[in-house]
Amino acid sequence: MTEANVSRRDFLVKMAQGAALAGTGGLLWDHLLRQEARAHPYALRPPGALAEKDFNTACIKCGQCVIDCPPLILKLAPAGADLPIGTPYFVPRTGACIMCPDIPCMKACPTGALSPELQRIEDARMGLAVIDIENCLSWKGLRCEICHRECPLKGKAITLETHPRQISKHAMFVPLVHSDACTGCGICEKACPTTEAAIRILPHKLVQGKIGDHYRLGWTFETEITQDFKPAPEAPAPAPGKQDKPGGLDYLNMGDL
Amino acid sequence: MGLTRREFLKTSVAGATAATVGMSMSETAAAAVKASEAGWQWDKSVCRFCGTGCGIMVATKDDRIVATKGDPAAPVNKGLNCVKGYFNGKINYGQDRLTQPLLRMTDGKFDKKGKFTPISWEQALDIMEEKMRWALKEKGPTGISIFGSGQYTIHEGYAAAKLMKAGFRSNNIDPNARHCMASAVAAFMRTFGIDEPPGNYDDIEHTDTAILWGANMAEMHPILWSRITDRRLTHKPMKVVNLTVYGNMSSDIADLEIIFSPSGDLAIQNYIAREIVKRDVVDWDFVRKHTIFATGVTDIGYGFRPVNAEKFHTAAEMEIVKNEKAHVIDKYEAIAQRRTEGEVVEQKNAANPVRHWHIRFDDFKTALEPYTLDFVAEVAKGDPDESIEDFKAKLQQLADLYCDRNRKIVSYWTMGFNQHQRGTWVNEQCYMNHLLMGRMSKPGDGAFSLTGQPSACGTAREVGTFAHRLPADMVVDIKKHRDMAEKIWKLPENTINPRVGSHYLKIMRDLEDGQILFNWVQVNNPWQNTSNLNHWIKAAREMNNFIVCSDAYPSVSAKVADLVLPAAMINEKWGAYGNAERRTQVWRQQVKPPGQARGDLWMILELSKRFKLKDVWGEQPVPGLKAEGFPDGKLPSVLDAAVKMGYNPEMTLYEVLFATPENKKVKWPDRIAKGRGNHIAELLGDGWFPEKALFEEYRQFGVGKAHDLAPFDVYHDDKVRGLKWPVVRRGNRWVETGWRFNEQYDPYVTKGAGFEFYGDFAKAIPTGNLDGVTDPKPVPLPGKAKIFFWPYVSPVEKPDANYDMWLCTGRVLEHWHSGTMTRRVPELHRAVPAAVCWIHPKDAEAKGLKRNDLVWVESRRGKIKVRLETGGRNKMPRGMVYVPWFDEGVLINKVTLDATCPISKETDFKKCSVKVYKA
Repeated sequence: MTEANVSRRDFLVKMAQGAALAGTGGLLWDHLLRQEARAHPYALRPPGALAEKDFNTACIKCGQCVIDCPPLILKLAPAGADLPIGTPYFVPRTGACIMCPDIPCMKACPTGALSPELQRIEDARMGLAVIDIENCLSWKGLRCEICHRECPLKGKAITLETHPRQISKHAMFVPLVHSDACTGCGICEKACPTTEAAIRILPHKLVQGKIGDHYRLGWTFETEITQDFKPAPEAPAPAPGKQDKPGGLDYLNMGDL
Repeated sequence: MGLTRREFLKTSVAGATAATVGMSMSETAAAAVKASEAGWQWDKSVCRFCGTGCGIMVATKDDRIVATKGDPAAPVNKGLNCVKGYFNGKINYGQDRLTQPLLRMTDGKFDKKGKFTPISWEQALDIMEEKMRWALKEKGPTGISIFGSGQYTIHEGYAAAKLMKAGFRSNNIDPNARHCMASAVAAFMRTFGIDEPPGNYDDIEHTDTAILWGANMAEMHPILWSRITDRRLTHKPMKVVNLTVYGNMSSDIADLEIIFSPSGDLAIQNYIAREIVKRDVVDWDFVRKHTIFATGVTDIGYGFRPVNAEKFHTAAEMEIVKNEKAHVIDKYEAIAQRRTEGEVVEQKNAANPVRHWHIRFDDFKTALEPYTLDFVAEVAKGDPDESIEDFKAKLQQLADLYCDRNRKIVSYWTMGFNQHQRGTWVNEQCYMNHLLMGRMSKPGDGAFSLTGQPSACGTAREVGTFAHRLPADMVVDIKKHRDMAEKIWKLPENTINPRVGSHYLKIMRDLEDGQILFNWVQVNNPWQNTSNLNHWIKAAREMNNFIVCSDAYPSVSAKVADLVLPAAMINEKWGAYGNAERRTQVWRQQVKPPGQARGDLWMILELSKRFKLKDVWGEQPVPGLKAEGFPDGKLPSVLDAAVKMGYNPEMTLYEVLFATPENKKVKWPDRIAKGRGNHIAELLGDGWFPEKALFEEYRQFGVGKAHDLAPFDVYHDDKVRGLKWPVVRRGNRWVETGWRFNEQYDPYVTKGAGFEFYGDFAKAIPTGNLDGVTDPKPVPLPGKAKIFFWPYVSPVEKPDANYDMWLCTGRVLEHWHSGTMTRRVPELHRAVPAAVCWIHPKDAEAKGLKRNDLVWVESRRGKIKVRLETGGRNKMPRGMVYVPWFDEGVLINKVTLDATCPISKETDFKKCSVKVYKA
């Protein structure tokens, strides 16, 4: 799904909302809030924000976090924006989270929409940095790597991988993002020197894949060591099948050969 | 052009991909790429920033730079750039570019306390002339001065030096390169008798070991670092060692990171030498044939203001500055210098710190004896959280590398060595360890001083824009050298002032105590780059003097000045730079400067029209001048001799020094321009090509002196990407020199000698032992290099109860020097908008501080406010903070100490003590 498609759909929805509002004869604030209180997939929320749907329910749009943000990067979504009205968000390219160690925005939150369970700012997960490797200067071989140097968790959230460049005797220094450490603060996106940022913060859901639960990577030992063939616990009896017909029968009986 | 945006993007991508993988593009796609660049004109140029000297290509259209690219044919960078280099095309177009002369005025008249007001060039030159005449009348030639630059083009530096030295007979011209590599120069001259590295960048692809001493190459020489990294990745024996006082990005690929204490490098070098001797791995064949052992005076002070210190320093400052007169030996110095703790050592040789003499190997060995592993580890361990055993193990590994005869080693250094209270010594110690093992001037084996500026070598050093220098390594206080310069410059005998002028910091001190009344800032930013700034800001603004600042942007120095002159930038003028590997590279004017901005060369030439021989070549007072053939305190009149040579006292300096009959034969326009303009030649309008004429004149100094450059046109050949001097003609070819002093590569080495360190500077020295001279008769040492012994000396200002932290300053990759250019590139400014203060998280915690807090960093000299950083690119050991100096909003040089290496006069920006507390 491309971004253009999404905004087009949102546009159509808003047109509809506008028509509905016009039909009821005025601006119904409560209705509008409820309309917009749906989870929004693109919002970058302050540190400690609950999952998007819960966040929208818990956030009372009081703006305290915005007021207490030292670099003043948090904004409240205006009416008609892409985000639920009145909720806090930030745009890394123009104002990235500076990762205050005492997390003043979270402390200011009266409802726990920014969860006090967040003890260390390094554990915040506001989003995840993603590199456009076709337009990243470092991936082209230039010595840029600004994202790496400026990353508050340099060496953990963004690392550099070096490899020979083949066509000259100059190594490549390729930045890689690690989701286990990236907080989504957006300092990398803000600092990226290309005309359009080649590294961007997106909500995890839009970026991260997932390997099937049925498979474990054979070259890591995070799961049980397979060489130690322990005896299996007593196997439970197989559950009785509920099939009304033997499996495969339909296919086998269908059509001619 | 009939391409939609979408198609354009596609073809661009195709173009880029095809180029990367080396496949041929379809003809239509190629045609589309070409069409989108229709009317672009590409030409070769050089990166404006560091001393690496990457080649770039510049595209122009409609008198504007539209794009740049790394030059794929440039051997230094093969088409790559760092992120500063990526923005070469944008530095000319900052919104606050200066385009008109500005003078401080009140009611239409110059007023030192007035507001900057636009004036014409004619008015600007009028007031400059007036103020220069006033300064010359009041003080003679020493009353005027120029702050020059390692970013001057060769032509600019040459013209500025010639105007000062041959015209005004003043040696008060000194470049910001004094802050940058003066210690390297002094050590090259004293060790080899000739300046600049014997090796070149190709050493990287030949070596097995890169040892970094106070050089964060990962950030400061990014393209060379990618070559070292490539070698590390592709050559199995390759090892990288990073010796530094704090953890930095260069440690990321290092096999060994050694965090040492400030000045601990002096002890570590001696430990290595001791190991080389102890393990009996000295290359005796090389040492006997090509070297001698030497040492010299050690009671040489710290480069502070030598007289009237009390008058200009506060009581707090004097706690440190008093060491200039007498220093109390601490417990480490006691062992290292074979003295006793608490002994008061008068700094008797502070005024003459260069004296040195020949010693025997046995003396050398005795001197090294105290530098045992135990002692050196105790002195030099820099990280309080590292165990002494771990640190010792690292020192041993380092010694193992240096002592391995089968291993090729290149030692690299930059500001960590050069900006050092014993900068010359520590450079010389590095040669000591290379010479002992015969590791010099061989591919992959050498000691290489990296420069910070694009033409620190090409202009500041080779042209000689220093207070003591003349072109081609000659100096003003040697009669033979002056004679040669006077011959090439067609000057009467004794025109050139034999008294060394004021070095960079001394120009500041001279402004402070009223000895200098006129100063001209060219291509640098003295009121941001000089330590202990509060003094100099006050001197500039409150003393009765006149300061002119030529710059492209309103720098701190412009703000401090009385007259601001709008300067043309790179690619708006013809130019040439020389990089750290002796490679001279050139560019043509690509676009016209904006508004009334003009090249510095034009300013110099125009000013020279304002003065006649009779104004400057008569008898002149020079306080303190004492030289053979000169009356004390005076330069004799050379007007009569000038008349005999055919000059007329009414002739201007422009006619005598620059637009000479010889130079005017070099005509503009010239075919070599390929249709490009030359705003300077066009404005002068008298038909000559000043850059070419001056380059050809300058060449005469080096030819046959192992400094040979090729003719101007050779460098401008489409196929040439710079040439490493000496460039010697063989038949129809101009051949560069890869490794000097090595018979295989260097045409100046005597056949059959193998190696020959043929430089002739300071090559006749007395004989003595560790305690002094025993036979003052100078013994010549032709062809030999010197292996110096120098002892450990503690930093003059050390943390104490009140100022409890070390402060180290430096740079960041994203910004160039004082940020006047890179901070005008919005993308670079957004990436690193302000300087921060790096600190160890535990230090921050102990002081009740946290990341992002605004703090004061305060020393005995001044304080600045800065944001605190506990993470990121630098990993500080406990007890030290690091603040970069690019940010004029964080003028860290208000805090730094103005101690210098007493020999090189280069300031130590790397160590002083501060306290850090919440703002």
